[in-house]
Amino acid sequence: MTISLKDRAAIAGIGQTEYSKNSGRSELQLAAECVKAAIADAGLRPSDIDGMTTFTLDTNDEIEVARAVGIGDLSFFSRVNFGGGAAIGVMLQAAMAVATGVAKNVVVYRAFNERSGHRYSKGIAEGIVTADLIHWSWYLPFGLLTPASWVAMFTQRYMHEYGCKPSDLAQVAISTRKHAVNNPNAFFYGKELTMDDYMSSRLIADPLRLFDCCQESDGGAACVVTSVEHAKDLPHPPAVIRGVAQAAAADQENMTSFYRPSISHLPEMDLVAQQVYQMSGLGPDDVDAAIIYDAFTPIVLWQLESFGFCGRGEGKDFVKDGNLEVGGRLPCNTNGGQLSEAYIHGMNGVNEGVRLIRGKSLNQPAKNDHVLVTGGVGVPTSGMILGKL
Amino acid sequence: MSLNDKREELERKAHAYVGKDSGIEVGPDPVNEVMIRQLCEVINDQNPVYVDDAAAKANGFDGIITPPAALQMWTMPGARPPWDLTDEEKEIVGNRQSISKDVELNALFAEYGYTGVVGTDQEEEYIRPVRPGEKITAHLFIDHISEQKATALGLGYFITVRRVYKNQDGEEVATSTFRVLRYQAPAQPAAQAADAPQASAKPKRLKPPMGHDNSWWWDAVENDQFLIQSCKSCNTLRHPPRPMCGKCQSLDWEGVEASGNGTIYSYTVMHHPKFPGFDYPFVTAVIELEEGTRIVSNVVDCDPLAVHVGMPVELTIQKPDGELKLPLFRPVA
Repeated sequence: MTISLKDRAAIAGIGQTEYSKNSGRSELQLAAECVKAAIADAGLRPSDIDGMTTFTLDTNDEIEVARAVGIGDLSFFSRVNFGGGAAIGVMLQAAMAVATGVAKNVVVYRAFNERSGHRYSKGIAEGIVTADLIHWSWYLPFGLLTPASWVAMFTQRYMHEYGCKPSDLAQVAISTRKHAVNNPNAFFYGKELTMDDYMSSRLIADPLRLFDCCQESDGGAACVVTSVEHAKDLPHPPAVIRGVAQAAAADQENMTSFYRPSISHLPEMDLVAQQVYQMSGLGPDDVDAAIIYDAFTPIVLWQLESFGFCGRGEGKDFVKDGNLEVGGRLPCNTNGGQLSEAYIHGMNGVNEGVRLIRGKSLNQPAKNDHVLVTGGVGVPTSGMILGKL
Repeated sequence: MSLNDKREELERKAHAYVGKDSGIEVGPDPVNEVMIRQLCEVINDQNPVYVDDAAAKANGFDGIITPPAALQMWTMPGARPPWDLTDEEKEIVGNRQSISKDVELNALFAEYGYTGVVGTDQEEEYIRPVRPGEKITAHLFIDHISEQKATALGLGYFITVRRVYKNQDGEEVATSTFRVLRYQAPAQPAAQAADAPQASAKPKRLKPPMGHDNSWWWDAVENDQFLIQSCKSCNTLRHPPRPMCGKCQSLDWEGVEASGNGTIYSYTVMHHPKFPGFDYPFVTAVIELEEGTRIVSNVVDCDPLAVHVGMPVELTIQKPDGELKLPLFRPVA
């Protein structure tokens, strides 16, 4: 890379709607609300925004959101494919646009009624309209139709190879829930999760149980990316993007990469980690806290391994002893994660990453120099490290 | 007869009832204290004017009154067919076979396929309190039949029936207007099964969408063949099929017959949510074939709990939903 993105862009504002099971309004309205809030938090006006980026899956066209919010001319707009894998991919888009001067202020957003509208857990049986059809044809007739079932297939193999047990997966769910207990915005606010609760929860796709799976939520989350120089003049301490990357790896399928020599780790996330560390000049020892994409519990283990917090197959041991909790080695998903706050496709995690850097998390660890935030798993994905000015 | 003709015929017959005296409804008993008390107990209505003579008088009535909203109760036939009348009732309704034309009208709509019925709204007006000892009859008028409406329940007609409640002296005590929707209820699954072959009652699995890159493979399965795509240039096997060889970029390929033997590389037992065409729980697995490629399929003919990574399995082509032919796997005996 001849032009480094290191320290070129920063997150200056964040905004979100409430997260719920039934928003009672349109996805466009959710998008407009969170975008407006992010712009206001940045101390900017809608007319200051000249770039927008979101997920391919988002139903809210940039221009529709722009009209709704009163954003004027756009010199940059782009979308990133592959579900939750786009969560940080959109940050890369924004950072590139800002670093290259294509746009001054980019708003990144994701808003949907994933619970009261089209639910991903209903499977891929409905509404498939692309060339993806042929890909899914190898799974549809055999009943492998839901995200939980795809992840379960990788999980079973991982457990077989490394002796990981259900109680290890439970550690992730329990640690994450502890954070949600303190977060009034979290669906599981005030509701603790015990090992007994976990073990007695029903099987969804063996070995995944109910509490291995994230919730389904309505809501929106957005943030504004601008130059570090500009961010200095704005109200909040900026969360500087030290490193950001996207990656798809060899033999990648959309959620069904079952045909690689090994399926018990994440080559695409390994590649993200390698790039993010290279760009930032940082390593796992420099990371003080993390937002690890947690649509399902086992994917947290694999990402901890990808980012070198532990060795291959050792994720199951790392998550013990409160290592993911405040005061532990790597306070993780301090908002309650997608498991226990809300599933907003990772963008609620981006906002929590910014809060950690600002020192404003409801579960704030003492040390917060660098925070890792990752995108979804099983798809081409993304990640970034945020730092202080 | 065309659908339109049938519709016109029904509407012509139905509208003949509109605006005419449509009969009388009468129950076996006069208004009485025992039934009032039982009704109030059942619905837990604690208003004393229905059960306590002194309380009723204190409230300005001549004594116990019957709950106004329950007036229709006194005109219901009870657990008897409506035409099975007592001698006293026959005197009142004039020895008619069918008490009210309402019953005839319902039968007419049902005959034309409008078998569904749902009450939509009711208005009542009470002229004066009704007391024990009075014999109440309801005098029916079919006030209105709407044009055909498309409703969420189906095509139908709104029918408005007015009842005028009178006592034994012909004195009007109340009126009510009751509207129902008569609609074409969708056929019940059981009724369909009676006309169709037994197998079609079972829900079907989703069929694999077909295109250039995969239909040849499914066509082979239909002919009981189990193929793996093989590059004609470098002989690399690949699954799922793709148009180009990832190794040598050749577009030439052929399907070669596989042995159908393999081992379970990974698997999941599906519990939730439940899709049509599957008996839960069932096993979906990644099978590593002895030729080296992997394929996703179901492991059948065994206890899901017995399935494990490394289990040897063999091909069995079956129609699990009675229609779609699929290459499945079962444990090697």
